[in-house]
Amino acid sequence: MKKEKIIEGLFFINGMAVIIVLLGIFALLIINAIPAFKDITLKDFLFGYVWNPEAYTTPSFGILSMVVSTLMVTIGALLIAIPLGIGTAAYLTDVASPKVREIAKPIVEILASIPSVVIGFLGIVLVGPWLAKLTGQSSGLNAINGSILLAVMALPTVISLSEDALGSVPKAYTEASWALGGNKWQTLLMVKIPAAHSGILAACMLGMGRAIGETMTVLMACGNAPAFPHAFTDPVRTMTATVAIELGEVPYNTTHFYALFAVGLVLFVFTFCINLISDLVIHKK
Amino acid sequence: MKKLDIYQFFGMNALRMCMGIVVFILCVIFYDILSKGAGKISWEFLTQMPRNGMTEGGILPAIVGTCCVTLITGIFAVPFGIGCAIYLNEYAKDSWQTRLIRMAIRNLSGVPSIVYGLFGVVLFVNMFKFGTSILSAGLTLGLMTLPWTITASEEALKTIPNGYREGSLALGATKWQMIRTNVLPYAVPGMLTGTILGLSRAAGETAPILFTGAAFFLPALPASINDQFMALPYHLYIMSTQHHSIVKVRSIAYATALVLIGLVFLMNLGAIILRYHLRKQRRE
Repeated sequence: MKKEKIIEGLFFINGMAVIIVLLGIFALLIINAIPAFKDITLKDFLFGYVWNPEAYTTPSFGILSMVVSTLMVTIGALLIAIPLGIGTAAYLTDVASPKVREIAKPIVEILASIPSVVIGFLGIVLVGPWLAKLTGQSSGLNAINGSILLAVMALPTVISLSEDALGSVPKAYTEASWALGGNKWQTLLMVKIPAAHSGILAACMLGMGRAIGETMTVLMACGNAPAFPHAFTDPVRTMTATVAIELGEVPYNTTHFYALFAVGLVLFVFTFCINLISDLVIHKK
Repeated sequence: MKKLDIYQFFGMNALRMCMGIVVFILCVIFYDILSKGAGKISWEFLTQMPRNGMTEGGILPAIVGTCCVTLITGIFAVPFGIGCAIYLNEYAKDSWQTRLIRMAIRNLSGVPSIVYGLFGVVLFVNMFKFGTSILSAGLTLGLMTLPWTITASEEALKTIPNGYREGSLALGATKWQMIRTNVLPYAVPGMLTGTILGLSRAAGETAPILFTGAAFFLPALPASINDQFMALPYHLYIMSTQHHSIVKVRSIAYATALVLIGLVFLMNLGAIILRYHLRKQRRE
């Protein structure tokens, strides 16, 4: 009996370790971010829009430009991924025959399994030149490029979660709508999607979380100009890209080093809130 | 009535078009990489070191590096993930601790990969003094794959009918005996499939290994897990953005992308075959 207790205890510790990992990430980010604020005021950090840590005279550490860049690329991605994702999910649940579904579902899974660096590479060699030709700019590495690629990255998340949401609408709802003379399209639009709205919303939120946190695609395809973006055709540099570019070159334990952790902390808080909200949306009932 | 039919016609076709676009995207990705990368793939490309400032030769060290790191990731994440899944599905009651663990798992899966990279730099590279090495990178990726392995293992445990558990308990087995003899053997195929899928995603990740051990170029293969390594995804990143003559090495970049996708698919295929095989064995 004692052995049983020990084994159960071990598994319990194993389970709790997950919480420790999450708290550990949070704690280490905070510990390494705090020293940055000895030299930077919080106001300058959050609302300054010049990020120039290596400036010779007065380095500046404002993240507003990157935050706006991140949001811009993310919103662009969602404008593509949400309609396309929900449409595809609705196709899978309401239009496709079971046989077609058997083939179509692996397609979504294959799309999800393509590494982000490969998508970023295609942004350089495929989407970039195409955009450059379309807009007449010299380079197609800009915010639209990033949005298109992030949409591809977020699509599998949006599709599979929306599909789950639409699939779990009780059959009685659909039947009631049919009995009242509604056709398939009306049923989908006026009964199923409203009934599944919380799940679909959560799917979009999680897709957004993926887009905000994605690093390699935006690093490779967005042009990385650390200026305040004014249009979707501007090259932009997101928070993730900034950390990825600069952490490799910065000497340890300098203000710049700590500032990068502060950027990481902001990212973490962003995605944490998004996850929390989508969690609340799903488990509202 | 007529008007409604027209709406339905256009609506349904719009949905078909959505699916069509998704299929089209996938086809474009594969067509581009296959058509431009396949010509470069040869036995030499897969088994030789890069030469002449990486403009010639093969990508052997990148393949070896990615395999080593994925192995470390697996050794760390699989037992950890399965243990956590066993706790959640077999032992845990619906208490606030359990809800907290589940919330932590969902949140971990949403943490950006670059943040895992930052965490790895502080914890494994600096605090544990593992340096930039295969070990640091593998552990960082291991933490990242944890939510996937846990979820996959728990799904596998959920498919085991309760009758198996009750039968075993009725015969006087203790809880752990029950799990070991009547639950785990049947859940292992599903667990393995899920965890291999998680590992294949880890193998393609770049951001967490950028600062924890991946190297631009190394003249020799890594000799131990304390060495730096070259990795396929990082190699592709370098070849397409950082190399001094990007246009010249474009074909190498394409071939690297093809090998990387090939490796990921090989792992997925392996998982599916393994599941099929183990299930058949179980039935006999």
